[in-house]
Amino acid sequence: MFGIIASIIDGVLVGLVYGLAAMGLTLIWGVMDVINLTHGTMIVAGMMALYLLSSALGVSPYFTLPPILIGGFFVGIGLYWIAVHRMMGRPPLMSLLSTFSVNLVLVGLGTAVWGTALFNVDVSLPGLTIERYTFPGAHILAAALAAVIAGLLYLFLHYTRLGKALRAVANNREAAELVGIPTTRLLAIAVGCGVALAGVSGMLIGTLFPFTILSGDGYQLKSFVVTVLGGFGNPVGALMGGVALGLLEGAVTPFVPVSWTLVIEFVLFVLVLIAFPGGVFARRGAL
Amino acid sequence: MSTLLELDRVSRRFGGLLAVNNLSFVIREGEILGLIGPNGAGKSTLFNLINGVFAPNAGRIVFAGADITGERPFLVARHGIARTHQIVQPLTNMTVLDNCTVGACFGRENLPLHRATAAARAAAAMVGLDDRLGVLALNLTIAGKKRLELARALAAQPKLLLLDEVLAGLNPTEIAHMIAVIRRIRDSGVTILIIEHLMQAIMSLSDRIVVLNYGEKLAEGAPAEVARDPQVIEAYLGDPKLAAELENNNGHGSSAHG
Amino acid sequence: MKMLRRPFFWIIALVVAAFVVSPLIGNDVQLRESLALAAVYITLASNLNLMLGYAGYINFGSIVFFGLGGYICVWLVDSNHWPLAASLLAAGIGVSALSLVFGFGILRLRGPFFALSTIGIVEGVQAFVENFKPWGGSSGIYISPEVFKPLGGPGPALWLIYFLFVAVMAASLYLSYGIKISKFGLGLLAIGQNEDAAAILGVPTPRYKALCYSASAFLPAIAGGLYFFKGAFIQPSDAFDLTLSTEAIVICMLGGQGTVTGVALGAYLYEELRGYLLISSTFSNFQLVIAGALLLVIVLFFPSGLMGFVYSRFPRLQKVLE
Repeated sequence: MFGIIASIIDGVLVGLVYGLAAMGLTLIWGVMDVINLTHGTMIVAGMMALYLLSSALGVSPYFTLPPILIGGFFVGIGLYWIAVHRMMGRPPLMSLLSTFSVNLVLVGLGTAVWGTALFNVDVSLPGLTIERYTFPGAHILAAALAAVIAGLLYLFLHYTRLGKALRAVANNREAAELVGIPTTRLLAIAVGCGVALAGVSGMLIGTLFPFTILSGDGYQLKSFVVTVLGGFGNPVGALMGGVALGLLEGAVTPFVPVSWTLVIEFVLFVLVLIAFPGGVFARRGAL
Repeated sequence: MSTLLELDRVSRRFGGLLAVNNLSFVIREGEILGLIGPNGAGKSTLFNLINGVFAPNAGRIVFAGADITGERPFLVARHGIARTHQIVQPLTNMTVLDNCTVGACFGRENLPLHRATAAARAAAAMVGLDDRLGVLALNLTIAGKKRLELARALAAQPKLLLLDEVLAGLNPTEIAHMIAVIRRIRDSGVTILIIEHLMQAIMSLSDRIVVLNYGEKLAEGAPAEVARDPQVIEAYLGDPKLAAELENNNGHGSSAHG
Repeated sequence: MKMLRRPFFWIIALVVAAFVVSPLIGNDVQLRESLALAAVYITLASNLNLMLGYAGYINFGSIVFFGLGGYICVWLVDSNHWPLAASLLAAGIGVSALSLVFGFGILRLRGPFFALSTIGIVEGVQAFVENFKPWGGSSGIYISPEVFKPLGGPGPALWLIYFLFVAVMAASLYLSYGIKISKFGLGLLAIGQNEDAAAILGVPTPRYKALCYSASAFLPAIAGGLYFFKGAFIQPSDAFDLTLSTEAIVICMLGGQGTVTGVALGAYLYEELRGYLLISSTFSNFQLVIAGALLLVIVLFFPSGLMGFVYSRFPRLQKVLE
């Protein structure tokens, strides 16, 4: 019995990291109605950065977090200018196609260079043992870091000028512009933050599980499920959705072969969307 | 004149806001009923309720004897209700003719394509767009788009036409033209429910007026009566220009509907 | 049929005739094979165009029709010894019917969400098939060469299959043209422009979208059946490889989504480009990179594609071509 609870708790820990990933997706969506189809690949980019920095340069894994956060931010700004900027004002399907095409390019380049090689980053941390079950230290630390970063994001959005400006733009872009907010710059910043979050969550996931260049799809789907559970455009909801997904995974994975987990998550995704077209806790136009 | 549309204690709330509150009134066949009220009074929401865009939280909507409460928009259109939007919604990359043909194909008559095209041309002619049939909707002026909105709704040969601020944004010449068109539409047998802020226009067009305020019916009756109603004047006192216009109509005595 | 009076009908007929006749001249097997591939691309892209170009819904996972059709056909031929024609038809009908059912569900989702769910459908179906023993699980199904006997042996069979590919391509072109000039097509186009306004105008949006989705499944399923029958082998990773549906999207956008001519042209151009890339040793790994870059450029700078550009310069062409 405790096995299931342990699995669920472990799932919640991992779920917090999923929640962080989803926050990146939902931030961009909330601010500018754009669904970033490079999201999964940016997660993988974070994983690869972790691997390259730690194995090639010998940087201790967790110290790669700040450079990945910052690097991700600038990559996001670049992504905005390349694929998103011209799509503002066009039908939303166009931004879907533009981010999709960038994703194709990135995945193509990635597989050309690294193929489908499996990467693993060794993180040895003392775990927490209760009864017969050990919660891996990496899981606990990853969850803690995810929670901290999520908290920082919340503080940023609600207590800094820049954050409030972002929320203003999310709420009503025209009104924000009328008030003098440089919306274009803020849209770029939003994408920067979104990609930074994706990259960092990738780095954290990289400390937990092995990965390949193509792992992005699976984590992107998880991010979508979380976002749908937590509400598009709702970062706090994203974190809760992540916990919910982690809970679900923890409860289900002892009984179901791994290849079915994604299928179950997908079915959940579609069913929830059919029942709640904006996500379960949707608050449109609010961050 | 028989009752064409009946609203029976219709209510709709959005979160904490009660947009339409226990509203009841009747539209008789062949009349032009004007709907006025301050901004936010719930007029467009009412249109959305009749149309099926939202379902009411309470109450019934009966059209030509059939209960259409909460029916989906495309089914409501089949019953014979057509509408224009306050912010025009053209099918942007389609021509004027194609826009109107969509209306004719899928409206009450549910015409096959070749007959729909003929009906579309007729509707376009009625509003004066027949010289621009091949123009893409996105290339029309705002006045053109408003006319297209109207033509498209007409092409469906509706029994009831909902006009939502169809005069907004037009210059005086265009307004005069539209008013003439609206009269012609009514003369051809279509019942009209019209929302408008241009007091003179709506007072002179309408047979009867319903005044909404905070989602509730404030007054109902002939334009002259409504203009004299102290509650209506008080509701509009927040907007002195409107109150003055109402006073003007009082002074001249509202002209009878045309 | 009023279609017969329209010049475009005969233009399509001409193209089809060219497909039929040109490899026959000199028994050019290499040309036949490259035209067969072009026919597959045109089939997939034209049918995708129904959802993408007409109704405005991006189907990222159109491969699922191709792959499932392939599986149904191959399985019927191999394990149940059905004749090819019946198997192909069963594949088409089966996949369309399934799509109709699924369609009513996922088409309740608006634009981007629908697009995302189509990817999930592919992954879901692939996961299912990989665990489905009667269809060989992840190892797939091999067809024994016996099946080519009733068709006259491998040589003639390949020619027959080629003509069937061309027939399916022709059907796809006529289907997308026929829909475009019909009332159904008008409704779809209205949905693509402004779904809410279309609904208020009376277009029965749920039914039309589901029908469109289902219609867009039929011919690709048959094409899939032909493709995998010809290869005598099918496995999940090939049958559900998102590359092909991605390429179909690029082709639609390249040629001009919503136009019939554009899609055919786009398919031809893309196939040429791809052929060149595959031969060149520098680029063969970068197939999807090039596709992605191409799509990005189109979406950013030429959203109406090739035909959009042509029609804006020569508007009168639009009366003749579609």
